[in-house]
Amino acid sequence: MIEFDFGAVLAEWPLLLRGLAWTVGLTAVAVPLGLLIATLGAWARACGSAALRRAVGVYVELLRNTPFIVQLFFVFFGLPAMGVKLSPEAASLIAMTLNLGAYGTEILRAGIQAAPRGQWEAAQSLALGPTQVFTRVILPPAFKRVWPAMTSQIVIVMLGSAVCGQISTEELSYATNLIHSRNFRAFEATFVALAIYLALTLMLRRFLLWAGPRWFFGGASLPMRPSLWRRLGRAAGAGAGAAND
Amino acid sequence: MIEFTLWDILRNLALALRWTVALSLIAFIGGGLVGGLLLCLRIGLGRKTQRLIGAYVALFQGSPLLIQLFLAYFGLSLLGVEVSAWTAASLALTLYTSAYLVEIWRGCVEAVPKGQWEAARSLAMSFGEQLRHVILPQAARLAIAPTVGFLVQVIKGTALASVIGFVELTKAGGMIANASFKPFLVFGCVALFYFALCFPVSLAAQHLERKQHGRTT
Repeated sequence: MIEFDFGAVLAEWPLLLRGLAWTVGLTAVAVPLGLLIATLGAWARACGSAALRRAVGVYVELLRNTPFIVQLFFVFFGLPAMGVKLSPEAASLIAMTLNLGAYGTEILRAGIQAAPRGQWEAAQSLALGPTQVFTRVILPPAFKRVWPAMTSQIVIVMLGSAVCGQISTEELSYATNLIHSRNFRAFEATFVALAIYLALTLMLRRFLLWAGPRWFFGGASLPMRPSLWRRLGRAAGAGAGAAND
Repeated sequence: MIEFTLWDILRNLALALRWTVALSLIAFIGGGLVGGLLLCLRIGLGRKTQRLIGAYVALFQGSPLLIQLFLAYFGLSLLGVEVSAWTAASLALTLYTSAYLVEIWRGCVEAVPKGQWEAARSLAMSFGEQLRHVILPQAARLAIAPTVGFLVQVIKGTALASVIGFVELTKAGGMIANASFKPFLVFGCVALFYFALCFPVSLAAQHLERKQHGRTT
């Protein structure tokens, strides 16, 4: 008869909490940076010179056709040999960001390709500059079109962070391994981690699908609402105004 | 101390590549079989089975493959089975693959127009015949490109088996890097080996997809 002892695992909740915080923290930093790279990459592929388009294509295909764990090992073990020394956390962050950047570029490119030619022309005829055409006219609906796919990719990157424990980043799977090396409850500890990751996936997906249209590519489909940045700006302005009074 | 030349590194990695390929094939074929079975259950049986399989898919898509590997490894040994890294990795990757494939294939079956089911039924075909002669051939044509695309995902997934001690390309790379003190070169080569394996498959998937779009539109 198999006896389970989940109590022994849950008793180590501070470790689990710390691991969870690292997982969430790494994701929270890597995702905006990754999306930034994705945006730049998609811009390069849509508007860049032939050489730039090629370079971005090589980056995307290299990252998409190698396992994340190898990318991580390359950054953490390989780069120090070239004189770049990185902490495990920094290496994890770089690997996650570059990974999301590559997949995001490809996803966003599909959204930009779907933009009708007339939109580019209409925006140009309104005397918008090339950057304005891209960021104001083409990009927001492109993000909106691909947001479900982007959400899935972000979830995959969050789940991928479990691998970062292998280079001793102290995220959730690392905490799990630490716990079962203490109490030998390997199955229970892993099971608890599984449950936490599932809950995290569920919440992250919900959050992204909810937050994307509201804050990120704001207002395109919703009744016009000021974006978060504008509201923050206004609040800061009001705060500054109050301070002046 | 043994000196590692580039040739030694490449040769050893190429030897380890065999196990990556073998594990990928096991996972892909096993996952295809389990996925096909689940797909049939999903189409043929009622709401409850659909829910259950939906939960199965959500479980595998909503947790890290690494944790699934650990769970298979520790779970099997808990059941009293003598686990090697082979068994645990094969089991976990097979189940992981099946969960993704059943989801991909479900989409393909649902993409077959409803009229096809009705037409087949009006010809007095039994459910099995409808599926075999009318629905699955059409769904299979839709399914080829995304299935080949997913193979890349499986190959990359096998890299995680290194964590539970399965000596494939990544694990071999780690061991050689430790022995040769040339981690940059070794992991660069490992990445290139994976690229050489995955990129043609990616290209094939893209090509198939384009061909299909050409046909349907």
